[in-house]
Formats: sequence, structure tokens, C-alpha cells
Amino acid sequence: MSAAFDVIVVGGGHNGLACAAYLAKAARRVLVLEAASDVGGAAANREIAPGFTVSACAHLLHSLHPKVIADLDLTRHGLSLSASDIPTVALDTGGKHVVLRRDQVMESLTAHSAADAAALPAFYRRFMSYAAVLQPFLTAVPPRLGGGGRQDRLTLIKLAWAVRKLGRQEMREFLRVIGMNVADILEEAFESDLVKGALALDGVLGTSFGPRSPGSVFTLLYRLAGEAGGLRGALAHPRGGMGSLTQALASAARASGAEIRCGAPVARILAEEDRTSGVELRSGERFAAPTVVSNADPRVTFLSLLGAEHLDTGFVRRVSNLRQRGLVAKLNLALDGLPSFAGLKEADMGGRLVIAPGIDYLERAFNHSKYGEYSEHPAVEITIPSIHDRSLAPEGKHVLSAVVQYAPYDLKRNWDDAREAFTDLAVETIAAYAPDLPRRILARQVVTPLDLERDYGMTGGHWHHGDLALDQLLMLRPVPGAAQYATPLPGLYLCGAGAHPGGGVMAAAGRNAARQVMAMEGVA
Amino acid sequence: MTQPPYKAPLLESPLHSRTAPLCLGNEWTRWGGYASVDTYLNTEHEYFAIRNAATLFDLSPMRKYRVSGPDAARYVSRLVTRDVDGLRPGRVAYAVWCDDLGKVLDDGTIFRFGPDEFRICSQERHLCWFLDCAIGYDVNIEDVSERIAAISLQGPRSFKVVQALGLNDCRTLKPFDMTHFDFDGGPMTISRTGFTGDLGYEFWLASEKAVSLWDRLMEAGQAYGIRPIGSRALDLARIEAGFIVPLVDFMPAGEALRPSRGRSPFELGLDWLVDFGKGHFVGRRALLAEKERGRGRRVVGLDIAGNKPARDALIYAGRSKQVGAVTSAMWSPTCKRNIAIATLDRPYDTMTEGLWVEIYVDKERKWEKAMAPCRIAARPFFKPPRRSATPPLDY
Ligand SMILES: Cc1cc2nc3c(=O)[nH]c(=O)nc-3n(C[C@H](O)[C@H](O)[C@H](O)COP(=O)(O)OP(=O)(O)OC[C@H]3O[C@@H](n4cnc5c(N)ncnc54)[C@H](O)[C@@H]3O)c2cc1C
Repeated sequence: MSAAFDVIVVGGGHNGLACAAYLAKAARRVLVLEAASDVGGAAANREIAPGFTVSACAHLLHSLHPKVIADLDLTRHGLSLSASDIPTVALDTGGKHVVLRRDQVMESLTAHSAADAAALPAFYRRFMSYAAVLQPFLTAVPPRLGGGGRQDRLTLIKLAWAVRKLGRQEMREFLRVIGMNVADILEEAFESDLVKGALALDGVLGTSFGPRSPGSVFTLLYRLAGEAGGLRGALAHPRGGMGSLTQALASAARASGAEIRCGAPVARILAEEDRTSGVELRSGERFAAPTVVSNADPRVTFLSLLGAEHLDTGFVRRVSNLRQRGLVAKLNLALDGLPSFAGLKEADMGGRLVIAPGIDYLERAFNHSKYGEYSEHPAVEITIPSIHDRSLAPEGKHVLSAVVQYAPYDLKRNWDDAREAFTDLAVETIAAYAPDLPRRILARQVVTPLDLERDYGMTGGHWHHGDLALDQLLMLRPVPGAAQYATPLPGLYLCGAGAHPGGGVMAAAGRNAARQVMAMEGVA
Repeated sequence: MTQPPYKAPLLESPLHSRTAPLCLGNEWTRWGGYASVDTYLNTEHEYFAIRNAATLFDLSPMRKYRVSGPDAARYVSRLVTRDVDGLRPGRVAYAVWCDDLGKVLDDGTIFRFGPDEFRICSQERHLCWFLDCAIGYDVNIEDVSERIAAISLQGPRSFKVVQALGLNDCRTLKPFDMTHFDFDGGPMTISRTGFTGDLGYEFWLASEKAVSLWDRLMEAGQAYGIRPIGSRALDLARIEAGFIVPLVDFMPAGEALRPSRGRSPFELGLDWLVDFGKGHFVGRRALLAEKERGRGRRVVGLDIAGNKPARDALIYAGRSKQVGAVTSAMWSPTCKRNIAIATLDRPYDTMTEGLWVEIYVDKERKWEKAMAPCRIAARPFFKPPRRSATPPLDY
């Protein structure tokens, strides 16, 4: 087995592709092996009916790192936005919706609560300053715990300094809120349930938290640390769906010489003499390379592909105890026309419509998930991307894309049996605001957490390949011993959402991993 | 009086009904949750019986884990630092197992019953660790400690006792061999193993049959001066044999609160137990790095001038530089030497002269300090031919 490649990347999700593109740009011979029939992972498109294309899972950009866009020249490779800085609309059953966009005070907010309108800008400014502390660390290799070198100490000092720079009072406040729950913070600042619910959603989206779970403030900050369309804390629609972003990444990787093979599920990561030597596909075909980078989640990477036999027990135990229970499902609809949301202005239809009318609503929705049930009244994040992007649906028709939370992976009922009932429930939940929705549906599709595991290879169907919680962050992500992209097995690296800085379509993990590989591995 | 919420503060071994009436001094110690005899009546008598006659020790509180299944051999090889491929069915091996950092968690003996069946015996409980080590392996791990009792028969005349029981087949057992018999209609394993560095055998059988075996051994041993011994006498014999004991001679890594207290097999002087050639095992990468870096300290045997046992003594290079400490010490009546097991910092662990031990001597409640010169000595301190002679020598 002679090595035709320097690096094999297992998985062509957006992080794997970004990693491959960076490595190929640095003249490494790279092979990407993707299990699915196309690249993208959870950032891909799906044709749900002839002519109707929708982002299969991830649908909104809020964190794609601008460095990655620039370094890889993604605009030239086809990335563009169909809408940027779109507003968030907190849907109200009475039709008195409140529109939110970063720190801007909209008329609907003033009308709804003058006090909250007054509180919003200061709240936002403060949270953006906290988010700014975290922002530089998204593209840094986390420091090693104990016995680290100079670089590790430097990163820790930078983190401490970034916090200190907030000023004495704000630093104290930052340290106070960082481990808090998002409900308590919002209760301190706002009076309106609708406003609090919509803001709290960002603290729990994609996590296994409720708004009253500690650490949910951190998730909110993490989101705000990202940017889209050049604006911090903004939301944007990729033109052509999320799949077009990963196509752009694939194109950038190929342009630099990377080879990408789809329909090539890796069965084993091979090791010889305590070092990676290549991979074996499920078909039995083998590829040799001295370096293997895995975009698969840590549990799959270490326990299924590599195998515990190459790892120490404490490490294996930490990996097997990773919390990785997905709580999110995706509803994708093909519509024969725009549904009418009572009381919603046409201009706001293209925004992000959220059903999260209050902290209690969210917390109740969360309660079910603790006991293996899906929410009776779920929180929903809806977009109708075809409003901005006519390429997604035939003339006059539309696609609706909705994240539905909470839908636990470990449902007491079998997901395959519960699928129809759950889909009905999700549609009804939206129909409470848009009564004509059911009539407009031409095709519908639900991606359950079980589907995410089966079809996208995400253990537990988890958005972040492992909870983004305080004990699974930075130098603890995914677990000590593998938190600097390098793993205990020389030659094996992680580059996916399970690594720092976590999931969301950010591409930072892929970029950071590539840099670490370049720093640690010579060229063959 | 109100009843305490527990039935008995300590568990009783299956042999309690036999050991308790004999424990005339009522001196007990704790061992893994069990009451274990410390001294029956007189430690010296018990010690000399080990070296001159035959002794019984109730080994039942020992933890015993059955490891079986298609991956059993691969599993054991992953768990411990030594090679077990070469361990044939019917053989026993001493081994240590380490954590990720290459620090020893405990030591024990591995009995290979068949290609896919082992038993691991250790002083302390390790089920959680053993199960964690089994993640990804098709192996079954079972704690059989309560089901299996064990009696250790040690001393130069122990084979005579075995013979008197009619178990002549033990004649050909070499050290670390084991064989199986039928006893009262159930299986019994006898291994030529022990903790005394002397001729001796260990008997393993179902707990219900332990009393019957004890009685038969005591009866058969009458003619050979058999005597039950407690852990205090055994400890003297094991020091002479040069064996180290966790929690005495080193902190097991799982018990240490201070991360720097863990000890690697190299630091324990157990280099011969580490096999880097067998593929990955837990702690391998850390141990390889340590091998390159060089160990920081080492457990050694010491010969100390004079006859004052150097218990818990500090060791100096020259008169003032503290370079280590004694962890076990005794005046050895059999060797007629003042011996100790100690840990010495590098590079003093190879010093040929200039090492001093600071001994505190109690002269009828008047304490005096003595500085005694010492030399690093080979272990075992006591190594009689009868320990390994096969067939056993006639005593
Ligand atoms: C329902 C849902 C909605 C979301 N919405 C948003 C959103 O709106 N905005 C946002 O920013 N983020 C969103 N996310 C999160 C985001 O999609 C993910 O965090 C991100 O896509 C993870 O990217 P990745 O490249 O690290 O991993 P993945 O996308 O999971 O890619 C891993 C790839 O590896 C492949 N693979 C795994 N095992 C093997 C193997 N053995 N052999 C070969 N290939 C293998 C998989 O097939 C997959 O293609 C959402 C997630 C979900 C589930």
C-alpha cells in the first residue's frame, strides 16, 4: 500500500471540506471520503419534490467564519447570500408579532413594550461585548490543560486578558453571567414573554438545554460571536440553499487539487506501529496515508472507526460519556403558494419566524424531552427561503424549512412509528399562526434525530456532534486528550463539530484542524 | 439500645467460623471490607512457621475476576503491561495495570484457564476499571470474589501436607503452574503461588467447600507443624521475598489525590513487566515517553547497618540531602540482615555508597536518632532453593 495521499479526510461535511481545502492549498495531497452520495453532511440540500430544493438540515448562516470565506475565495467558488441581516419575528398567537433585528428597535417592539424597547439596545451592546471576548478563540487552538507549552500559556493569557479588557465592572458581570441560564438573564432585562421567548431560543437551539438550564447564556453568546454578511450577530440566507455553500467549499478544495469521493463510507481507520496508516472503506478498499483527519463525530471516530484497542481506558471512558443526545428535528415542506400568517407584514415573511412565546413555553417544551417524549407544543424556527431565492421552487411556489425542538433522539416510541404523528404536530403548530398552511402542502419531509444518525452519521442526531456545554468546551472539547485536534494516536486528527469551537455552519473547526495538521505533520 | 443500621461493620470470610475461634489474641485487620486476621496469637511463631514448617492463610478476601469470551486474551493484553500471549493455559503470571498516564493502579496475578478464559486476582476492587477497559471488546467480566474462597498453604513442609491430602500430582507443579482436582464433588484449583517467597500452594474452590478444605488441611498438617497465620507474619515474609505492596510501598494511582504520587512500573522497578512489543496497552504511550525521558525515582531493596528496623525512615545522600524514604523494613531473622524496601530519587537509586538511613529508635520511651549507612541490595533478600525446586525438596 503506497501512499498516494498525504492526508485522508474522513467525511465531506462543511468542516471536512474546509479542512481539505486548506490542506490542499498548502500543497498537501488530500483525499476526502464521504459516505453519502454527495458532500455537505448536515449542510446540504435535499430535493423534496421535483423542482423544490431546501436546505436539508442547517438553513441559516450566522457563524460562517469570514476568514474561511476569504482564505478559500468562496465567493469565486459560488457562495453568495440571497438575503442578509434578516429579522427575527417573534410570532404571537394574537397576531401582534414583534420584529427583532440585533440592537434595532422596531416599531412593533415599541408598541408591544416600551420598557423592552428601551432595554434592548443596552442589553444587546453588553452581550455583544461579551461575545467579542469569545470571538478570537473561535479560530484558536485551545490550550492544553496542565503541563502545556508556551503556546498554551499564551492562549490562556489572551483569554484572561480579553476578559480583563472589559473593565472591572463588566468583567465581574461577564464572569457572573457566563455560567447562568438564559431565562434568569432575560428576566432581569425584559418584561415581555414574547421577547424573552424569542431571545431565549438562541440560547437553547441545537442544545439539550431548556432556558433554565445552566450554561444556556454561553450558547447565546457563542451564537452572537459569529457573523454573517459582515455583521456580528446577524442572520443570512445562502443563495441556493445551504448545499450551495458546501458545493463552493468542495469546488475550492478541488481547485487546489483535493480529490473528493462520495458514496465511500469509511469502515476503519487503520493504524500501524502506533500511527495512522490509512483507512479501509466498507467495500474493503484501502487507501494509505500517514495522516487521517476525521470529520465524523468523536464517538464514531474513536470507538467505531479507530477502535478502543488503540486508546487508553480513561480516554475511552471520556469519549463514551460524551453527552450527545440530539433534541432537534427538521421539517421541510413544498408549498403551492405562500401561507398567510395572520398579522404578519409581507416584508417580514422573509425573516426568521419563531414560535417561542415565552420562557415557560420553551421550558415546558423541554420538559417532555427529559422523559423521552417530543414536545406537545414545540419551539419552531421557520424560514421560507424561496421568498429571497427563486431558484429553490417553481414559479409561484415555495419551500418552508423549519427547525422543530424538542424532539429527543431517545424517544420512548420508535421514531419510525412516530414520524407521521410528529410531522402532523409540527405542521399544526405552525398552522396555529398560518391556518392555510396544511392546504398548501405539496410534499412534506421530516428529518428526525434518528434520521440524522442514520443518514448523516451524527451520533445521537446531535447538531454539534456533542453538547456545547461548559464541561465540553474549549480545552475540554470533545475531551481532554483530543482538544487540540490531534488525538492520542499520532497521525489522527479531528476536524468536525465535535472539536472546538463546535457545530453550526462555521467551518472554524475544519480550518483550525488544517492548521494544526500543517504545524504537526511534515510533507511526505 | 438502638440497633445499628448495619448488620456487621465488616464482612466475614467463608472461613470465619474456623479462623475466629483460633484468633486467640482477637487481633483483626480490614481487607477489602472483610475482617481478616492480623495475628492469631504470636507473630513470631507464625513467621517462623512460614520459614520452618507449614502455614495456612485465609486468602478469601482477595478480589477475583473471571474474564471470558472471544476477546479475553486481547482484553487482558490491553489491560496489563506485560505480554500474556506467552502465558499458556495452566500458567499464572504476576502483572500490573496502569492508567492512561502509565501509573500503576494495582498489581495482581493472572490465571489462564483456557485460550478464552482468565482469572485476575488482586487485593483491591477494580470492577469499574476492568469494565471500562472492556469497552469495544467482546469479553465478559464477572466479579466472582464471593463465590470463590482461597487458602494459601506456605512453608517448606507445605508439599508434605499436599501429599497427605493425596494430591500427589502437585509434585510436578513448577512455580506459577496450576492444576485442577475434584474436591468434595466440585472443582478445586491448586496453583504453586504465594506471597512468601517460599515453597507454597494456593487452593481455590467454591466458598461453600472452603471450611471442609480448611479442616482437612489442618488435620493433614498436624504432623508437619501446621499453623494458621495472620497478615502481620505474612508481611514479614513478603518483605524478605522482596515483594512490594500497594498503599504501603507506593500509592496506587487510583487512590492518590496528588497527581505526582502515581508510580510507573519503571519507578517500581518492574521494568521486566513492560512489553512495548505487544501492541497497544493502557498507558503505553505515557510509558514509552517515560522510558525516553528516564524515570524520576525507583523502588530498591536496602541493606542497612545494625539491627534497628528502619521503618518509615528518611534516606540521605551524605549527611543532609534527602533523596528518598523507606516504605517497608524489618530485621530479617532468616537472613540475619537489616533489610528494607525504599524509594530513591534519581540518580541516587544507583549510588553505590554514601547513602544513610535516619532511624528513630525507641529505647523504652526514650527516642534516639541513629544514622545508619545503607547499600542498595538485590531483591529477593531471601531466595532459598526450595522456592523453585521441582519436584519439591524434602523437608
Ligand atoms: C436540524 C438541524 C438544523 C441546523 N440548523 C443550523 C442552522 O440553521 N445554522 C447553522 O449554522 N447550523 C445549523 N445546524 C448545525 C450544523 O448543521 C452542523 O453543526 C454542521 O453542519 C456540522 O458540520 P460538520 O462538517 O462538522 O459535520 P457534518 O455536517 O455532520 O459532516 C460530517 C460528515 O462526515 C460524514 N461521515 C461520517 N462518518 C463517515 C464515515 N464513516 N465515512 C465517510 N464519511 C462519514 C457524514 O456523512 C457527513 O457528511 C443544524 C443542525 C441540524 C441537525
